[in-house]
Amino acid sequence: MAILVDGTTQVICQGITGSAGAFHTRGCLEYGTKMVGGVTPGKGGTTDANGLPIFNTVAEAVRATGATASMIFVPPPFAADGILEAAAAGVRVICAITEGIPAQDMVRTRALLREYPGSHLIGPNCPGIITPGRRVSGEGASARFEGGCKIGIMPGYIHLAKADAPAGKGVGIISRSGTLTYEAVWQCSALGIGQTTCVGIGGDPVKGLNFIDLLELFNRDPDTDGVVMIGEIGGADETAAGEWVRKHMRKPVVAFIAGRTAPPGKRMGHAGAIIGGADDTAQAKIEALKHCGLAVAESPADLGSTMARALGLPVTAGAGIAAMA
Amino acid sequence: MKIHEYQARQLLEDAGVPVPAGQMVTTVDDAVAAASALLSAGAGRVVIKAQVHAGGRGKAGFVRLVDSVSGAREAAAFMLGNRMVSPQTGPEGLDVRRLLVAAAVDIVREYYVAVALDRASGRNMLIASAEGGVEIEAVAARAPDAILRVPIHPLGGLEPWAARDLAFRLGFTGRQVAQAAAMFRKLANLFVGLDASMVEINPLIVTPPQEGHPDGRVLAIDAKFSFDDNALFRQPKVAGLFDPAEENASELRANEFGLSYVALDGTIGCLVNGAGLAMSTMDIIKLHGGDPANFLDVGGSATEEAVTEAFRIILQDDAVRGVLVNIFGGIMQCDRIARAIVASAKEVGFRVPLVVRLEGTNVDAARRILEDARRDIPQMQSATDLTDAAQRVCAAVAG
Repeated sequence: MAILVDGTTQVICQGITGSAGAFHTRGCLEYGTKMVGGVTPGKGGTTDANGLPIFNTVAEAVRATGATASMIFVPPPFAADGILEAAAAGVRVICAITEGIPAQDMVRTRALLREYPGSHLIGPNCPGIITPGRRVSGEGASARFEGGCKIGIMPGYIHLAKADAPAGKGVGIISRSGTLTYEAVWQCSALGIGQTTCVGIGGDPVKGLNFIDLLELFNRDPDTDGVVMIGEIGGADETAAGEWVRKHMRKPVVAFIAGRTAPPGKRMGHAGAIIGGADDTAQAKIEALKHCGLAVAESPADLGSTMARALGLPVTAGAGIAAMA
Repeated sequence: MKIHEYQARQLLEDAGVPVPAGQMVTTVDDAVAAASALLSAGAGRVVIKAQVHAGGRGKAGFVRLVDSVSGAREAAAFMLGNRMVSPQTGPEGLDVRRLLVAAAVDIVREYYVAVALDRASGRNMLIASAEGGVEIEAVAARAPDAILRVPIHPLGGLEPWAARDLAFRLGFTGRQVAQAAAMFRKLANLFVGLDASMVEINPLIVTPPQEGHPDGRVLAIDAKFSFDDNALFRQPKVAGLFDPAEENASELRANEFGLSYVALDGTIGCLVNGAGLAMSTMDIIKLHGGDPANFLDVGGSATEEAVTEAFRIILQDDAVRGVLVNIFGGIMQCDRIARAIVASAKEVGFRVPLVVRLEGTNVDAARRILEDARRDIPQMQSATDLTDAAQRVCAAVAG
């Protein structure tokens, strides 16, 4: 079990003929994701380098392939349109990797998405979603996997399926930051903690699924034993999530907030990461989360060990490296 | 992207929002001429304001109210001849090259009004208060109920009834109501239409009754606007207002290469991919007793040239005594970073210790590249993980 996607999920790529779309379609295929086609308006009827069929519209692609998930690499000016096209075509999991979409496009898109309650948007400006597959051969960066679903740009080999985890534990990971998600995954895997599903929700101020939506799904997923939640300065989403955890969560939640040393008022890369008022600094969020009973990692290097302790597992470096080798 | 007050005034006028008469000048003589014209047109007093992006102008003496041509000359000469130093500028201060000369108007009441994006609801929000002319943060802290919030519908905009309702709640009366409501709707439309990220009018004022306006006029006095960088491609009018002189030169150059760079005042230069990891790298440096010299996110699609440029920008800072490279490759391929390190060693030269931590996409190829170059880059150390990287660079800088 996992959330949102699994080894049976069929996936298309919107923007499959662009350089990033093509590169990562291949990466997903290599991981074992059931990539079934792509969309580039005007290139319908052709195939990509992997032999996948290309369609002019998402609706056509869905009709022909039965895909229920989409990975969007459409350039920023047209990406919001791509999200809405996917929703209108009935795509259930829409994963927008594109960075740099105008905020007002997302304000409008989010409002329009209410008409498609069966569609879930992940992102934009995110690494995507992965339900790790089982390792079948090889090790490290050249390991091969089976039965998983990687939709996005994350390196697959750092993940450890729960079924491969020595202690038999699997956690969910939710993060606003891309590469920091990989850090959390890597630390968990190294300690032998598997992952059920990892979701990058993206760094933009207006986005699709948020912490609480995913905490709810992980709370209901019988395979998920705990959750790592990675936030950053700006906004109040993490604080709201902390309150939700306090009231509803039946599993341990470990949190980290990036940006403790960020100077106020300076924009740190993510459009969302501007310290606006007193209550959205890293320190204020950390205090609020601790108050709600979450285990907050003090250092970004302690994400895995904090999770291990929360699960009652020994913190043995290398436990998982053995499982991955 | 931020713009100047005089530019924001122009955008307000273009949108039909009334502002007091005034103009931007760059010389003392032009300031005198502008002030003289306003005084002879009936303005009792004239306000002269330095046009810089930094705040704290009033306390620094760079906003002056004058009632004569000689007063205007003296104020303009002071502002154009001195650097403005305020808590927001740093001790070196800012060069003032432009002034706004505007008619000072009599004020009966002051309000605050702004439009911003509310992340929690994913909607634009009009924020207003009958306590204007003061810092809104202070009002928020002291009397949160004094700040009214009206969501702007993502598809329908600010409906006339909602604007009117807000005007009544703020205490506008008589013919002021229609003026204020019209202004709120224009600000909401301007915000969305120009892809703004912040539109702030403080104060919005009501004048005493004048001819044709028995209940006074509603005017926007001071305006602060900023815009969504991601939307500048479709806002040529806004993009044309960009003033590079107001930006940090290194941050600008980084931008040209698609890098996100913020200068800080520590000694450890950081080169990281991803904003969250970059912030965390700064955090962990601090945890181990070091001080980050910058935030630098090379992003996912940076070329080898861009990464080399990133090293150049980091090393240009004389305070930098060590560099930490922390890359967790996803969309970014580690071997590209490794090749850039080798190229930078030749083109830029590392004058300080370099600690490299690589993980993720194509990491094996990257490690081979660095291993082969080890002899040519003796100041380079490899780190096994995040803590190891932070400890190594902090030790290198301390030692």
